[in-house]
Amino acid sequence: MRRRSRTGGPTGPRGPAGPTGRPREAASALVLVAGTAVALLALIPLLFVVVYTVVIGPHEAWALLVRPRIGELLVNTTRLVLGCMVLSTALGTAAAWLVERSDLPARRLWHVLLAAPLAVPAFVNSFGWVSLTPKVEGYAGALLIVTLSYFPLVYLPVAAMLRGLDPALEETAYALGLGPWRTFVRVVVPQLRPAMLGGGLLVGIHLLAEFGALQMLRFPTFTTAIYDQYRSSFNGPAANMIASVLVLCCLVLLMGELRLRGHQRYARLGRGSARPAPRRTLGRLTLPATLAMTGLVLLSLGVPIGSLVHWLVVGSSTAFPIGSLASTAATSLGLGLGAAVLTTALAMPVAWLAVRHRGTVSTILERSTYFANALPGIVVALALVTVSIRFVRPVYQTSLLLLTAYAIMFLPRAVVSVRTALAQAPPLLEDVSHSLGHGPLATLRRVTLPLIAPGLGAGAALVFLAVVTELTATLLLAPIGTATLATQFWSNTASAAYGAAAPYGALMVLISAPATYLLSTEARRSVTS
Amino acid sequence: MTSLSIRGVAKAYGATPVLRGVDLEVPAKSITAILGPSGCGKTTLLRIIAGFTDPDGGVVKFGDQTVYGAGRSVPPQRRRVGYVPQEGALFPHLDVAANISFGLSRSRSRRAERIHELLSLVGLDAAMGARFPHELSGGQQQRVALARALAPSPAVVLLDEPFSSLDAGLREGTGRAVVHALRATGATALLVTHDQSEALSLSDQVAVMRQGRLAQTDRPLALYRSPVDVGVATFVGGAILLPATVRGLTARCALGDVAVAEGSAEGLGQVLVRPEQLEILPEGATGGVPARVAEVSFYGHDAAVHLDLLPHGPRVVARIVGMDAPPPATLVSVMARGRATVYATSPA
Repeated sequence: MRRRSRTGGPTGPRGPAGPTGRPREAASALVLVAGTAVALLALIPLLFVVVYTVVIGPHEAWALLVRPRIGELLVNTTRLVLGCMVLSTALGTAAAWLVERSDLPARRLWHVLLAAPLAVPAFVNSFGWVSLTPKVEGYAGALLIVTLSYFPLVYLPVAAMLRGLDPALEETAYALGLGPWRTFVRVVVPQLRPAMLGGGLLVGIHLLAEFGALQMLRFPTFTTAIYDQYRSSFNGPAANMIASVLVLCCLVLLMGELRLRGHQRYARLGRGSARPAPRRTLGRLTLPATLAMTGLVLLSLGVPIGSLVHWLVVGSSTAFPIGSLASTAATSLGLGLGAAVLTTALAMPVAWLAVRHRGTVSTILERSTYFANALPGIVVALALVTVSIRFVRPVYQTSLLLLTAYAIMFLPRAVVSVRTALAQAPPLLEDVSHSLGHGPLATLRRVTLPLIAPGLGAGAALVFLAVVTELTATLLLAPIGTATLATQFWSNTASAAYGAAAPYGALMVLISAPATYLLSTEARRSVTS
Repeated sequence: MTSLSIRGVAKAYGATPVLRGVDLEVPAKSITAILGPSGCGKTTLLRIIAGFTDPDGGVVKFGDQTVYGAGRSVPPQRRRVGYVPQEGALFPHLDVAANISFGLSRSRSRRAERIHELLSLVGLDAAMGARFPHELSGGQQQRVALARALAPSPAVVLLDEPFSSLDAGLREGTGRAVVHALRATGATALLVTHDQSEALSLSDQVAVMRQGRLAQTDRPLALYRSPVDVGVATFVGGAILLPATVRGLTARCALGDVAVAEGSAEGLGQVLVRPEQLEILPEGATGGVPARVAEVSFYGHDAAVHLDLLPHGPRVVARIVGMDAPPPATLVSVMARGRATVYATSPA
């Protein structure tokens, strides 16, 4: 009844160190099917763009693409994305090192404060700055604001990775005569590379899809241009052509990451758990470091929060529509929770394949989930509108369709987190559990899940945060009569009613805050226990 | 308890054969060591017995129950094997007590008692139960890993290089504690190792593995005394190999006339003498051959004396009681005691 063991497997060759157990093999076939289904779902928007482009034909496409406007958008988008990726990676890594590896005072507080900007949506951050001074419009202001909004996407994974590093490697480097700086560059950074690259890639991908913040700062990129095309002229073909250029940009990012990433496995197979690394004494640098951190937090948190408070207190148009606030908040909360569960569940098979069965197929599956996040929310939304009207009419204008859009858009966030978590649960522990008489399900419940739970929680929290503050897709896909905090905030801001917008913005921040706090403390718990 | 029987087990990863037909019998309640260099396939064999990996062919039986054979395979969770991996692999999110009771059913009464019993079996204090794996030393982790494996009273216990990550002092103590615990529970155990003294000292039977095959399976003493070939001879201990001419019960070689077993191949051949068979006598003593001491490695309890046989070599090593070692450049007389093993001359 049992077939013989295959040696290659569907996901390419595995070395003798890799798991080739029969129970796992049977399970991995199922996981492969699930992963493929998830990847196909995630590819719907991309296929939509490609099919559209093909339907238009090369002649028309060429005419739409070769325009000075496109060139201008390309320059704008490129310099903003590259600038923000570099700045965020530097800022996020430096902050992570200070919090995890130095004797900076009040580290736990800093950790929470550095993750907190994730609770402030980029367009609320923009609102904060724009309502303060119009000088932030343009490239420099846009770069500053998006970096302040997105650097936690690098900070969090790098901090988590720093925490898990085996200090023995650094000690070895010291013993070999390397100073602290060279040790950091030659020993620590290579180990942090997956986190830094993963985080930086996430920032870039995110920025390619950013709409609200840049629209408010009047800095046109591909994404805002697509929105304008749809809204003002309903020029579908032109917008779709810009979207295909955007897809190309995302592809460039993906290929870059693919080439840089090595082939090592990151599972820690050593003794039970890592010894915490000793912290470096900052000494005379303590004050400058504290000041720098304070500045960073003031700019990324102080300005938007201060602005919101200002408009809440002083704003002439401020009114407290309690009923509307409560109903929009409930809607946002429900959608956020639903999407968090759905997306994390969908991320599981993809991440599992990527960690446990590295190979061409699993890499393709993992990559394909990234595409949708590089498409602006509006394209995901319109793809789903078109596909649902054509093929599954009943789900059109339902929350299910909106949740699907969220899942497609935020899968990369969940996959990155779940992947990192799975790398912490070496397959050997599952072998041991099997040998102690526990089947696959019991092993999942008693060994794998407890080990990866912090990562799963982090992934779900990331998705929840993104959904509560999601604007573009919600504007298009929310069933008629459904208003979320974000859409309400946006329509008030668009009519310059800053005071009326402020309560919705503040509530968005308040709802996101607990998830952000959880996110910043969850992984830490395992160290302090 | 249960014996373990393996017949014709073969396994390849892609085009690379790892196991080429392994046959092994492990009697019930005994400890067998699989000894081999790294990459010889011994860990793969262990994983096959545990059920983590399926072989390409062959039969694995626990007692009279076939756990793998004719394409049928019992999943690892129903094989009742105790598995002690390299470096322990304790569950990092569970404390010692929870690690040990991991394989016990939840309803099992006397749970705390059983944990206590197992802790003392592996020589650990009951207070250890509340510790987490990262708070234990390597040797303690290894003992907990064994206690965890023994908790459900497994039919067969598999140990994969369990002591290789421990330092030498700890290794011996941990090794003995592990063997005591295994004997006390009457478990049938298979120990994989690349360390010949570990294999010889801890087990009832040693199987030497080479390139996916078992070269020889024997009791430790028999294996050391009569290795089947030169390769096994040099792998399980120090070896002096000399060309010799065999006639009857005597072999003539550079060490003079050495006794050999009855039925040894006549004519030209090679003899194996263990370094501790050499005796160093004063210069000119009868029955010995002249030699000069070239080098001495002094270990305390014993010493390795490197000797140049006169007049033209070769150099041989004698292992003698440390305090008896002569200083370098001393002229001495060397004699081989006991019997040597004869091999037909290999082309090499």
